[in-house]
Amino acid sequence: MRTTACTLGRRRERREMSQKVVVTGLGAFSPIGGTATETWENAVKGVSGIKAITDDWVSQYDLPVYIAGRVAQSVEDSEFISKVETKRLDPSGQFAVISARQAWQDAGFSAGDAEEADELDPERLAVSFGTGIGGVWTLLDSWDTLRERGPRRILPMTVPMLMPNGSTAAIALNHKARAAAQTVVSACASSTESLHVALDLIRSGKADVVITGGTESAIHPMTMASFAKMQALSKRNDDPERASRPYDVDRDGFVMGEGAAALVLESEEHAKARGARVYAELAGTGVSSDAYHITANDPEGSGAARSIDEALKAGEIDPSSVVHVNAHATSTPVGDPAEATALKVALGSHTDQVAVSATKSMTGHLLGAAGALEAVMTVMALKDRTAPATINLENKDPDIDLDVVTEARDLPSGEIVALSTSFGFGGHNSVAAFRSVD
Amino acid sequence: MADKNEILAGLAEIVNEETGVETSDVQLEKSFTEDLDIDSISMMTIVVNAEEKFGVTIPDEEVKNLTTVGEAVDFIANAS
Repeated sequence: MRTTACTLGRRRERREMSQKVVVTGLGAFSPIGGTATETWENAVKGVSGIKAITDDWVSQYDLPVYIAGRVAQSVEDSEFISKVETKRLDPSGQFAVISARQAWQDAGFSAGDAEEADELDPERLAVSFGTGIGGVWTLLDSWDTLRERGPRRILPMTVPMLMPNGSTAAIALNHKARAAAQTVVSACASSTESLHVALDLIRSGKADVVITGGTESAIHPMTMASFAKMQALSKRNDDPERASRPYDVDRDGFVMGEGAAALVLESEEHAKARGARVYAELAGTGVSSDAYHITANDPEGSGAARSIDEALKAGEIDPSSVVHVNAHATSTPVGDPAEATALKVALGSHTDQVAVSATKSMTGHLLGAAGALEAVMTVMALKDRTAPATINLENKDPDIDLDVVTEARDLPSGEIVALSTSFGFGGHNSVAAFRSVD
Repeated sequence: MADKNEILAGLAEIVNEETGVETSDVQLEKSFTEDLDIDSISMMTIVVNAEEKFGVTIPDEEVKNLTTVGEAVDFIANAS
């Protein structure tokens, strides 16, 4: 018996040791591009996706904030979704399906789903997707319909469209993922936490391949009014492109964004067996909870620092190998310095050697999709050895002692590590650590 | 009573919008489930949109009796 237990223990250890998890596909549908490639090119160039909203509802409700980062390409113009599918999905689901199909195609599978593709087993394919709010457009539109036109006008797809797991389920259906389909809802930390779940699904032996990421479509007058009431949003309505300005002394809040991003994660073994192209390794992830305040950051950044620390430990990463961070940095007066402090706590004096990019300066804040979009950019940064731009940093806040990348900058050669950090209302902290592969 | 050809054309548009089935395939003798491959949730959506378009009420318990396009057209014609 003892021998058997020991043998099993050793086997499990070997299996876990060998379970390197790699990124083999990327997709994005964002305020700065209809694809991951376009999004990345614009992030390197420093292109803003923030514009004034000109919908009737801005004047109808006299909204105090009416700037946002809407998706750069219309859903109708995307080749990754059909008109009939859009009828059955909330905009958040549409964005999710588009980004997942891009990532899937990019990963080079031999067919559109795991049933058709010989190299995949549907029961070894999972989905782990995040969202902050879910189908808020469907929820509120249906409420309007009920009040204005009565219950007979409510569409039967309302519930599957508004449920927060709707996007996850749609992706699982499209690609025949039967291992698991899990949804993470942790506000703005959602989709980095979905990467954490995805990594676990592979390392625990439950899945070989996971489609992971996040989606959000919440640029609705009610949500805009709510975030504005919290004093969370920038009021720089007259200068949209310069409104999102992380780390700048004149930052006055975040700018709402929308969109989705997806990554195909795969055990290295599985990726090698099918000869897949590997972008980077997802070396480790970390999560923690502040339990400090429902919305405010812990000014000491201790919870955020613990999540960074956990990601480094999980990936067996020496802090000195971290060369780049795609920071959460939403452009709020209190959030940015607290997160900078957390980075310093976790990385110590090495923080000075780290190129920090705040890509929300261009995309705005995609809430539950932010972490996934920034993870895609972090992977691209490692692959291209380039840290993307941070725009609008004109006068750096003297209280923020970070090396912020204002214009895209080369990253060193050799084995390097980059982090993507996400922190959400509710005190949710999540971090993904990626390692270069070539 | 509304013109049945107009109802058929209108219904075909609704079916096309919801399911992508070509309008020319939406013919009187076709079964919604067997021929047009329309599931129950899509059928209910088509009913909601048909009520709106033709200004009629199609009771939920009546929907199961409308198996063919022709039956739906007749029901709408008689109800309007």
